[in-house]
Amino acid sequence: MTKLYFSGLFILLLFITSGCEMQPVKPWERGTLAKPSMQLTPDEVENALDEHIYFSKEASTGGQGIGGGGCGCN
Amino acid sequence: MSYSSSKKIRDSLSLACCSLLQVAPEASATPIGDVSIDSAVLIYSESDNRVSLIEPVVKLKTELKEDQFLSVQLVFDALTGASPNGAQASNVAQTFTSPSGVGEYTTPANELPLDSTFRDSRFAMAATLESPIDRLQKNIYSLSLSAEHDWNSLSAGYTYSKDLNLRNTTVMTGASLTYDAISPVGGAPVEFAQMLAPGFSQPKDGKKDRNTIDFIAGISQVLNRSTITQLNYSVSQSDGYHNDPYKILSLLDDTSALPTGNYLYEKRPDNRQRHIIYWKTAHHFTDDVINIAYRYYQDDWGIVSHTADLKYRYELSAKSFLQPHIRFYSQTAADFYRHSLLASEASALPDFASADFRLGEFNSTTIGLKYGRELGNNRHFSSRLEVMQQSGNSQPADAFGEQLNQDLYPDLTAIILQFSYSFIW
Repeated sequence: MTKLYFSGLFILLLFITSGCEMQPVKPWERGTLAKPSMQLTPDEVENALDEHIYFSKEASTGGQGIGGGGCGCN
Repeated sequence: MSYSSSKKIRDSLSLACCSLLQVAPEASATPIGDVSIDSAVLIYSESDNRVSLIEPVVKLKTELKEDQFLSVQLVFDALTGASPNGAQASNVAQTFTSPSGVGEYTTPANELPLDSTFRDSRFAMAATLESPIDRLQKNIYSLSLSAEHDWNSLSAGYTYSKDLNLRNTTVMTGASLTYDAISPVGGAPVEFAQMLAPGFSQPKDGKKDRNTIDFIAGISQVLNRSTITQLNYSVSQSDGYHNDPYKILSLLDDTSALPTGNYLYEKRPDNRQRHIIYWKTAHHFTDDVINIAYRYYQDDWGIVSHTADLKYRYELSAKSFLQPHIRFYSQTAADFYRHSLLASEASALPDFASADFRLGEFNSTTIGLKYGRELGNNRHFSSRLEVMQQSGNSQPADAFGEQLNQDLYPDLTAIILQFSYSFIW
Protein backbone atom coordinates (compact mmCIF):
# COMPACT_ATOMS: atom_id res chain seq x y z
CA MET A 1 0.00 0.00 0.00
CA THR A 2 2.82 2.37 0.93
CA LYS A 3 4.53 1.75 -2.42
CA LEU A 4 1.26 2.60 -4.14
CA TYR A 5 1.05 5.91 -2.29
CA PHE A 6 4.53 6.97 -3.25
CA SER A 7 4.27 5.72 -6.83
CA GLY A 8 1.15 7.89 -7.14
CA LEU A 9 3.01 10.88 -5.76
CA PHE A 10 5.87 10.36 -8.19
CA ILE A 11 3.52 10.14 -11.19
CA LEU A 12 1.77 13.33 -10.04
CA LEU A 13 5.12 15.06 -9.71
CA LEU A 14 6.10 14.05 -13.24
CA PHE A 15 2.75 15.32 -14.51
CA ILE A 16 3.16 18.70 -12.86
CA THR A 17 6.77 19.25 -13.77
CA SER A 18 6.39 18.02 -17.34
CA GLY A 19 5.29 21.51 -18.35
CA CYS A 20 8.00 23.17 -16.30
CA GLU A 21 11.10 24.18 -18.10
CA MET A 22 13.47 26.19 -15.98
CA GLN A 23 13.58 29.76 -17.22
CA PRO A 24 14.92 32.75 -15.28
CA VAL A 25 11.95 34.79 -14.10
CA LYS A 26 12.38 38.53 -14.26
CA PRO A 27 11.28 40.66 -11.30
CA TRP A 28 8.32 42.06 -13.25
CA GLU A 29 7.10 38.53 -14.03
CA ARG A 30 6.57 37.58 -10.40
CA GLY A 31 2.92 38.58 -10.00
CA THR A 32 1.75 34.99 -9.58
CA LEU A 33 4.68 33.95 -7.39
CA ALA A 34 4.00 36.90 -5.06
CA LYS A 35 0.51 35.71 -4.15
CA PRO A 36 0.14 34.57 -0.52
CA SER A 37 -1.19 31.23 -1.78
CA MET A 38 2.09 30.67 -3.65
CA GLN A 39 4.33 31.01 -0.59
CA LEU A 40 6.03 27.72 0.21
CA THR A 41 4.30 27.79 3.59
CA PRO A 42 1.11 29.72 2.86
CA ASP A 43 -0.37 29.26 6.36
CA GLU A 44 2.39 29.31 8.98
CA VAL A 45 0.07 28.89 11.97
CA GLU A 46 -1.64 25.85 10.48
CA ASN A 47 1.75 24.43 9.57
CA ALA A 48 3.02 24.88 13.14
CA LEU A 49 -0.08 23.20 14.57
CA ASP A 50 0.30 20.25 12.21
CA GLU A 51 3.99 19.92 13.06
CA HIS A 52 3.05 19.72 16.74
CA ILE A 53 0.33 17.12 16.16
CA TYR A 54 2.53 14.82 14.10
CA PHE A 55 5.56 15.35 16.35
CA SER A 56 3.49 14.02 19.26
CA LYS A 57 2.04 11.06 17.33
CA GLU A 58 4.92 9.87 15.15
CA ALA A 59 8.61 9.04 15.58
CA SER A 60 9.70 11.44 12.83
CA THR A 61 9.93 15.18 12.98
CA GLY A 62 11.65 18.10 11.29
CA GLY A 63 12.70 18.92 7.76
CA GLN A 64 11.15 22.35 7.33
CA GLY A 65 13.24 24.24 9.83
CA ILE A 66 15.34 24.00 12.96
CA GLY A 67 14.89 24.28 16.70
CA GLY A 68 11.76 24.69 18.77
CA GLY A 69 9.35 21.89 19.33
CA GLY A 70 10.75 20.81 22.70
CA CYS A 71 7.76 19.23 24.33
CA GLY A 72 6.89 16.40 26.69
CA CYS A 73 4.31 15.15 24.20
CA ASN A 74 6.91 12.86 22.66
CA MET B 1 32.33 59.20 -21.76
CA SER B 2 34.25 55.97 -21.89
CA TYR B 3 32.63 52.66 -22.72
CA SER B 4 33.27 51.28 -19.23
CA SER B 5 31.64 54.23 -17.43
CA SER B 6 28.58 54.17 -19.72
CA LYS B 7 28.27 50.43 -19.04
CA LYS B 8 28.43 51.09 -15.28
CA ILE B 9 25.64 53.68 -15.58
CA ARG B 10 23.57 51.29 -17.70
CA ASP B 11 24.10 48.50 -15.16
CA SER B 12 23.18 50.81 -12.29
CA LEU B 13 20.00 51.93 -14.07
CA SER B 14 19.10 48.31 -14.81
CA LEU B 15 19.58 47.43 -11.17
CA ALA B 16 17.48 50.39 -10.03
CA CYS B 17 14.67 49.46 -12.45
CA CYS B 18 14.74 45.87 -11.28
CA SER B 19 14.54 46.99 -7.67
CA LEU B 20 11.59 49.25 -8.42
CA LEU B 21 9.80 46.52 -10.30
CA GLN B 22 10.56 43.84 -7.75
CA VAL B 23 7.19 42.54 -6.60
CA ALA B 24 7.26 41.90 -2.89
CA PRO B 25 5.09 39.09 -1.61
CA GLU B 26 1.62 40.40 -0.84
CA ALA B 27 1.83 38.61 2.51
CA SER B 28 4.44 41.11 3.68
CA ALA B 29 2.77 44.16 2.20
CA THR B 30 1.67 45.38 5.64
CA PRO B 31 2.78 49.01 6.17
CA ILE B 32 5.75 49.47 8.52
CA GLY B 33 4.51 49.62 12.11
CA ASP B 34 1.25 47.79 11.46
CA VAL B 35 0.87 44.35 12.97
CA SER B 36 -0.56 41.40 11.09
CA ILE B 37 -2.31 39.03 13.48
CA ASP B 38 -3.01 35.39 12.69
CA SER B 39 -5.13 33.64 15.28
CA ALA B 40 -6.43 30.10 15.40
CA VAL B 41 -8.02 27.54 17.66
CA LEU B 42 -7.24 23.88 17.14
CA ILE B 43 -9.46 21.15 18.53
CA TYR B 44 -7.95 17.68 18.40
CA SER B 45 -9.83 14.62 19.59
CA GLU B 46 -8.88 10.94 19.49
CA SER B 47 -11.32 8.05 19.42
CA ASP B 48 -11.97 5.74 22.42
CA ASN B 49 -11.64 8.58 24.94
CA ARG B 50 -7.94 8.91 24.33
CA VAL B 51 -6.28 12.31 24.07
CA SER B 52 -8.31 15.49 23.55
CA LEU B 53 -6.70 18.85 23.10
CA ILE B 54 -7.69 22.44 22.63
CA GLU B 55 -4.97 24.78 21.45
CA PRO B 56 -5.42 28.52 20.85
CA VAL B 57 -2.61 30.24 18.92
CA VAL B 58 -1.86 33.82 18.05
CA LYS B 59 0.93 35.01 15.80
CA LEU B 60 1.91 38.66 15.54
CA LYS B 61 4.14 39.92 12.77
CA THR B 62 5.37 43.42 12.11
CA GLU B 63 7.92 45.19 9.95
CA LEU B 64 10.13 47.14 12.34
CA LYS B 65 11.94 48.96 9.58
CA GLU B 66 12.44 48.29 5.89
CA ASP B 67 12.79 44.51 5.37
CA GLN B 68 13.27 43.83 9.09
CA PHE B 69 10.48 41.64 10.41
CA LEU B 70 9.68 40.52 13.93
CA SER B 71 7.19 37.74 14.58
CA VAL B 72 6.02 36.34 17.88
CA GLN B 73 3.85 33.27 18.23
CA LEU B 74 2.09 32.36 21.46
CA VAL B 75 0.50 28.96 21.99
CA PHE B 76 -1.40 27.45 24.87
CA ASP B 77 -2.64 23.89 24.88
CA ALA B 78 -4.65 21.87 27.33
CA LEU B 79 -4.74 18.08 27.07
CA THR B 80 -7.09 15.67 28.76
CA GLY B 81 -7.99 12.04 28.25
CA ALA B 82 -5.98 8.84 28.44
CA SER B 83 -2.76 7.70 26.84
CA PRO B 84 -1.54 4.09 26.24
CA ASN B 85 0.89 3.19 29.04
CA GLY B 86 2.73 0.55 26.98
CA ALA B 87 1.28 -2.51 28.73
CA GLN B 88 -0.46 -5.09 26.61
CA ALA B 89 -4.19 -5.86 26.66
CA SER B 90 -5.14 -9.22 28.16
CA ASN B 91 -8.18 -11.33 29.04
CA VAL B 92 -7.81 -10.36 32.69
CA ALA B 93 -8.16 -6.97 34.36
CA GLN B 94 -4.84 -5.27 35.09
CA THR B 95 -3.98 -2.73 37.79
CA PHE B 96 -1.25 -0.12 37.40
CA THR B 97 0.35 2.42 39.69
CA SER B 98 -0.17 6.01 38.63
CA PRO B 99 2.97 8.04 37.76
CA SER B 100 2.87 9.89 41.09
CA GLY B 101 3.21 6.53 42.89
CA VAL B 102 0.35 7.26 45.26
CA GLY B 103 -2.66 6.04 43.29
CA GLU B 104 -3.62 3.26 40.93
CA TYR B 105 -5.97 2.59 38.03
CA THR B 106 -7.42 -0.62 36.62
CA THR B 107 -7.92 -1.57 32.98
CA PRO B 108 -10.77 -4.02 32.37
CA ALA B 109 -10.11 -7.32 30.58
CA ASN B 110 -9.64 -7.14 26.79
CA GLU B 111 -9.07 -3.39 26.77
CA LEU B 112 -5.96 -1.44 25.89
CA PRO B 113 -4.30 -0.22 29.12
CA LEU B 114 -4.57 3.57 29.17
CA ASP B 115 -3.18 5.89 31.79
CA SER B 116 -6.31 7.82 32.69
CA THR B 117 -4.38 10.20 34.97
CA PHE B 118 -2.99 11.88 31.84
CA ARG B 119 -3.49 15.66 32.09
CA ASP B 120 -1.27 18.39 30.81
CA SER B 121 -1.16 21.99 29.77
CA ARG B 122 1.58 23.78 27.89
CA PHE B 123 2.53 27.33 27.11
CA ALA B 124 4.90 27.98 24.22
CA MET B 125 6.37 31.11 22.70
CA ALA B 126 8.45 31.46 19.55
CA ALA B 127 10.01 34.68 18.31
CA THR B 128 11.75 35.25 14.99
CA LEU B 129 13.66 38.31 13.83
CA GLU B 130 14.47 38.62 10.14
CA SER B 131 17.13 41.23 9.60
CA PRO B 132 18.60 42.19 6.21
CA ILE B 133 22.36 42.32 5.74
CA ASP B 134 21.94 43.90 2.34
CA ARG B 135 19.48 43.67 -0.56
CA LEU B 136 20.12 39.96 -1.09
CA GLN B 137 21.23 38.56 2.23
CA LYS B 138 19.55 38.27 5.59
CA ASN B 139 20.02 36.91 9.09
CA ILE B 140 17.19 35.13 10.85
CA TYR B 141 17.37 34.77 14.64
CA SER B 142 14.90 32.56 16.47
CA LEU B 143 14.15 31.88 20.09
CA SER B 144 11.51 29.53 21.44
CA LEU B 145 10.47 28.27 24.80
CA SER B 146 7.90 25.82 26.02
CA ALA B 147 6.72 25.21 29.59
CA GLU B 148 4.79 22.29 31.04
CA HIS B 149 4.57 21.03 34.63
CA ASP B 150 7.01 18.20 33.81
CA TRP B 151 8.92 19.59 30.82
CA ASN B 152 10.62 22.89 30.00
CA SER B 153 12.38 23.62 26.75
CA LEU B 154 14.49 26.49 25.47
CA SER B 155 15.80 26.76 21.93
CA ALA B 156 17.85 29.37 20.07
CA GLY B 157 18.65 29.32 16.37
CA TYR B 158 20.35 31.27 13.62
CA THR B 159 19.78 31.03 9.86
CA TYR B 160 21.53 32.85 7.04
CA SER B 161 19.94 33.17 3.63
CA LYS B 162 21.09 34.65 0.36
CA ASP B 163 19.25 35.34 -2.88
CA LEU B 164 21.05 34.62 -6.14
CA ASN B 165 20.33 34.57 -9.83
CA LEU B 166 17.98 37.59 -9.95
CA ARG B 167 16.36 36.24 -6.78
CA ASN B 168 15.31 33.08 -8.57
CA THR B 169 17.47 31.05 -6.21
CA THR B 170 17.71 31.31 -2.44
CA VAL B 171 20.23 29.34 -0.42
CA MET B 172 20.10 29.11 3.34
CA THR B 173 21.86 27.41 6.19
CA GLY B 174 21.29 27.45 9.91
CA ALA B 175 21.81 25.83 13.26
CA SER B 176 19.99 25.70 16.57
CA LEU B 177 20.59 24.55 20.13
CA THR B 178 17.80 23.19 22.30
CA TYR B 179 17.88 22.41 25.99
CA ASP B 180 15.10 20.32 27.56
CA ALA B 181 14.70 20.07 31.34
CA ILE B 182 12.57 17.06 32.24
CA SER B 183 11.03 16.58 35.68
CA PRO B 184 8.56 13.66 35.45
CA VAL B 185 5.71 13.41 37.94
CA GLY B 186 7.09 11.43 40.89
CA GLY B 187 10.64 11.54 39.40
CA ALA B 188 12.14 9.69 36.43
CA PRO B 189 11.80 5.94 36.98
CA VAL B 190 14.97 3.86 37.02
CA GLU B 191 15.28 2.18 33.63
CA PHE B 192 13.87 -1.35 33.55
CA ALA B 193 12.81 -1.01 37.20
CA GLN B 194 9.71 -2.99 38.10
CA MET B 195 6.57 -0.91 38.64
CA LEU B 196 5.75 -1.18 42.34
CA ALA B 197 2.33 -0.96 43.98
CA PRO B 198 1.31 2.34 45.62
CA GLY B 199 2.93 2.84 48.99
CA PHE B 200 6.14 1.03 48.08
CA SER B 201 9.27 3.05 47.46
CA GLN B 202 9.67 3.11 43.66
CA PRO B 203 13.33 3.62 42.67
CA LYS B 204 13.58 6.98 40.92
CA ASP B 205 16.31 8.95 39.22
CA GLY B 206 14.95 12.45 39.80
CA LYS B 207 15.19 15.11 37.11
CA LYS B 208 16.73 14.67 33.66
CA ASP B 209 17.76 16.78 30.73
CA ARG B 210 18.57 16.62 27.03
CA ASN B 211 20.64 18.72 24.63
CA THR B 212 19.91 18.89 20.92
CA ILE B 213 21.80 20.51 18.09
CA ASP B 214 20.21 20.89 14.66
CA PHE B 215 21.75 21.88 11.34
CA ILE B 216 19.92 22.69 8.14
CA ALA B 217 20.92 23.62 4.60
CA GLY B 218 18.44 24.33 1.86
CA ILE B 219 17.83 25.81 -1.53
CA SER B 220 14.65 27.19 -3.04
CA GLN B 221 14.36 27.77 -6.74
CA VAL B 222 11.85 29.59 -8.91
CA LEU B 223 11.34 27.22 -11.84
CA ASN B 224 9.10 29.50 -13.88
CA ARG B 225 6.46 32.20 -13.43
CA SER B 226 4.15 29.79 -11.65
CA THR B 227 6.31 27.17 -9.96
CA ILE B 228 8.65 27.30 -6.99
CA THR B 229 10.44 24.42 -5.34
CA GLN B 230 12.49 23.89 -2.18
CA LEU B 231 14.89 21.21 -1.01
CA ASN B 232 16.28 20.99 2.55
CA TYR B 233 18.66 18.66 4.30
CA SER B 234 18.72 18.59 8.10
CA VAL B 235 20.66 16.66 10.67
CA SER B 236 19.90 16.59 14.37
CA GLN B 237 21.88 15.16 17.25
CA SER B 238 20.35 14.83 20.71
CA ASP B 239 22.04 13.62 23.88
CA GLY B 240 20.50 12.95 27.25
CA TYR B 241 17.22 11.56 28.51
CA HIS B 242 15.07 10.07 25.74
CA ASN B 243 12.79 7.75 27.72
CA ASP B 244 9.09 8.34 28.12
CA PRO B 245 8.95 8.21 31.93
CA TYR B 246 5.31 7.12 31.91
CA LYS B 247 5.71 4.12 29.57
CA ILE B 248 6.09 0.52 30.76
CA LEU B 249 6.35 -2.94 29.19
CA SER B 250 4.35 -6.01 30.19
CA LEU B 251 6.31 -8.98 31.45
CA LEU B 252 4.39 -11.97 30.06
CA ASP B 253 4.34 -15.66 30.91
CA ASP B 254 6.56 -17.59 28.46
CA THR B 255 3.96 -20.20 27.55
CA SER B 256 0.57 -18.49 27.85
CA ALA B 257 1.50 -14.83 27.14
CA LEU B 258 -0.75 -13.90 30.06
CA PRO B 259 0.40 -11.01 32.27
CA THR B 260 2.58 -12.04 35.20
CA GLY B 261 1.48 -8.89 37.01
CA ASN B 262 4.95 -7.42 36.61
CA TYR B 263 5.67 -4.37 34.47
CA LEU B 264 9.02 -2.76 33.74
CA TYR B 265 9.73 0.89 32.96
CA GLU B 266 11.10 1.34 29.46
CA LYS B 267 14.70 2.10 28.47
CA ARG B 268 15.78 3.91 25.30
CA PRO B 269 19.26 4.93 24.11
CA ASP B 270 20.53 8.21 25.56
CA ASN B 271 21.30 9.73 22.19
CA ARG B 272 19.68 9.97 18.78
CA GLN B 273 20.82 11.19 15.38
CA ARG B 274 18.27 12.08 12.73
CA HIS B 275 18.72 12.83 9.01
CA ILE B 276 15.96 14.43 7.01
CA ILE B 277 15.51 15.36 3.36
CA TYR B 278 12.53 17.58 2.73
CA TRP B 279 11.21 18.66 -0.63
CA LYS B 280 8.30 20.95 -1.37
CA THR B 281 6.86 22.45 -4.54
CA ALA B 282 4.06 24.94 -5.17
CA HIS B 283 2.56 25.32 -8.63
CA HIS B 284 -0.05 27.80 -9.79
CA PHE B 285 -2.50 26.64 -12.44
CA THR B 286 -4.70 29.21 -14.16
CA ASP B 287 -6.57 29.84 -10.89
CA ASP B 288 -5.78 27.02 -8.50
CA VAL B 289 -2.63 26.15 -6.57
CA ILE B 290 -1.18 22.75 -5.80
CA ASN B 291 1.30 22.26 -2.97
CA ILE B 292 3.20 18.98 -2.72
CA ALA B 293 5.75 17.94 -0.12
CA TYR B 294 7.76 14.82 0.53
CA ARG B 295 10.00 14.01 3.49
CA TYR B 296 12.48 11.19 3.88
CA TYR B 297 13.56 10.59 7.47
CA GLN B 298 15.93 8.16 9.11
CA ASP B 299 17.55 7.93 12.50
CA ASP B 300 20.03 5.72 14.29
CA TRP B 301 17.24 4.07 16.29
CA GLY B 302 16.37 2.19 13.09
CA ILE B 303 13.38 4.28 12.13
CA VAL B 304 12.90 5.16 8.46
CA SER B 305 9.85 7.11 7.41
CA HIS B 306 8.27 8.55 4.30
CA THR B 307 5.80 11.43 4.40
CA ALA B 308 3.87 12.72 1.40
CA ASP B 309 1.58 15.72 1.63
CA LEU B 310 -0.68 17.23 -1.00
CA LYS B 311 -2.90 20.29 -0.83
CA TYR B 312 -4.97 21.55 -3.74
CA ARG B 313 -6.38 25.05 -3.41
CA TYR B 314 -9.48 25.30 -5.55
CA GLU B 315 -10.62 28.88 -6.04
CA LEU B 316 -14.39 29.05 -5.66
CA SER B 317 -14.38 32.76 -6.44
CA ALA B 318 -12.00 35.71 -6.16
CA LYS B 319 -12.66 35.72 -2.41
CA SER B 320 -13.09 32.13 -1.33
CA PHE B 321 -11.47 28.74 -1.79
CA LEU B 322 -11.78 25.10 -0.90
CA GLN B 323 -8.63 23.12 -0.17
CA PRO B 324 -8.65 19.32 0.00
CA HIS B 325 -5.65 17.88 1.82
CA ILE B 326 -4.22 14.39 1.92
CA ARG B 327 -1.18 13.19 3.86
CA PHE B 328 0.39 9.74 3.87
CA TYR B 329 2.93 8.66 6.45
CA SER B 330 4.72 5.37 6.89
CA GLN B 331 7.43 4.42 9.40
CA THR B 332 9.45 1.34 10.30
CA ALA B 333 9.86 0.33 13.94
CA ALA B 334 12.75 1.33 16.19
CA ASP B 335 15.25 -1.52 16.62
CA PHE B 336 14.28 -1.81 20.28
CA TYR B 337 10.50 -1.62 19.87
CA ARG B 338 8.89 -4.56 21.68
CA HIS B 339 5.16 -5.10 22.18
CA SER B 340 6.06 -6.91 25.44
CA LEU B 341 8.85 -8.78 27.25
CA LEU B 342 8.83 -12.39 28.43
CA ALA B 343 9.31 -13.36 32.06
CA SER B 344 12.36 -15.41 31.10
CA GLU B 345 14.00 -12.24 29.76
CA ALA B 346 13.88 -10.54 33.15
CA SER B 347 17.21 -12.08 34.13
CA ALA B 348 18.89 -11.10 30.84
CA LEU B 349 17.16 -7.96 29.62
CA PRO B 350 17.89 -6.48 26.18
CA ASP B 351 19.98 -3.31 26.03
CA PHE B 352 16.90 -1.21 25.30
CA ALA B 353 13.16 -1.81 25.02
CA SER B 354 10.06 0.32 24.58
CA ALA B 355 6.44 -0.58 23.83
CA ASP B 356 5.53 2.98 22.85
CA PHE B 357 3.29 2.61 19.78
CA ARG B 358 4.93 5.71 18.28
CA LEU B 359 8.15 3.70 17.94
CA GLY B 360 6.39 0.79 16.23
CA GLU B 361 5.82 0.17 12.55
CA PHE B 362 2.65 1.85 11.30
CA ASN B 363 1.01 3.81 8.51
CA SER B 364 -1.00 6.95 8.93
CA THR B 365 -3.36 8.73 6.57
CA THR B 366 -4.89 12.17 7.03
CA ILE B 367 -7.69 13.46 4.81
CA GLY B 368 -9.15 16.90 5.22
CA LEU B 369 -10.93 19.86 3.71
CA LYS B 370 -10.38 23.54 4.34
CA TYR B 371 -12.58 26.48 3.47
CA GLY B 372 -11.18 29.99 3.36
CA ARG B 373 -12.75 33.37 2.72
CA GLU B 374 -11.56 36.95 2.45
CA LEU B 375 -13.76 39.26 4.51
CA GLY B 376 -12.37 42.55 3.19
CA ASN B 377 -10.04 45.08 4.85
CA ASN B 378 -7.28 42.45 5.06
CA ARG B 379 -9.41 40.14 7.16
CA HIS B 380 -9.43 36.41 6.40
CA PHE B 381 -11.31 33.49 7.87
CA SER B 382 -10.70 29.80 7.35
CA SER B 383 -11.74 26.52 8.85
CA ARG B 384 -10.57 22.97 8.28
CA LEU B 385 -11.77 19.54 9.29
CA GLU B 386 -9.46 16.55 8.99
CA VAL B 387 -9.46 12.92 10.00
CA MET B 388 -6.24 11.10 10.85
CA GLN B 389 -6.10 7.30 10.95
CA GLN B 390 -3.09 5.34 12.22
CA SER B 391 -2.86 1.60 11.81
CA GLY B 392 -0.12 -0.90 12.64
CA ASN B 393 0.30 -4.65 12.70
CA SER B 394 -2.23 -5.98 15.18
CA GLN B 395 -0.91 -9.54 14.93
CA PRO B 396 2.89 -9.52 14.55
CA ALA B 397 4.61 -12.78 13.55
CA ASP B 398 5.98 -13.42 17.04
CA ALA B 399 2.56 -13.23 18.76
CA PHE B 400 1.56 -16.36 20.67
CA GLY B 401 -0.84 -17.60 23.34
CA GLU B 402 -3.19 -14.90 24.65
CA GLN B 403 -1.58 -12.38 22.30
CA LEU B 404 -3.38 -14.11 19.44
CA ASN B 405 -6.67 -13.02 21.01
CA GLN B 406 -5.63 -9.39 21.42
CA ASP B 407 -5.04 -6.46 19.09
CA LEU B 408 -1.35 -5.66 19.61
CA TYR B 409 -1.53 -2.41 17.65
CA PRO B 410 -5.02 -0.87 17.94
CA ASP B 411 -5.95 1.65 15.26
CA LEU B 412 -6.10 5.28 16.26
CA THR B 413 -8.53 7.73 14.73
CA ALA B 414 -8.35 11.46 15.46
CA ILE B 415 -10.41 14.45 14.39
CA ILE B 416 -8.64 17.76 13.71
CA LEU B 417 -10.80 20.88 13.63
CA GLN B 418 -9.38 24.36 13.25
CA PHE B 419 -10.80 27.87 12.99
CA SER B 420 -8.53 30.71 11.90
CA TYR B 421 -8.98 34.45 11.66
CA SER B 422 -6.39 36.97 10.56
CA PHE B 423 -6.39 40.73 10.33
CA ILE B 424 -4.17 43.83 10.37
CA TRP B 425 -3.98 45.95 13.49
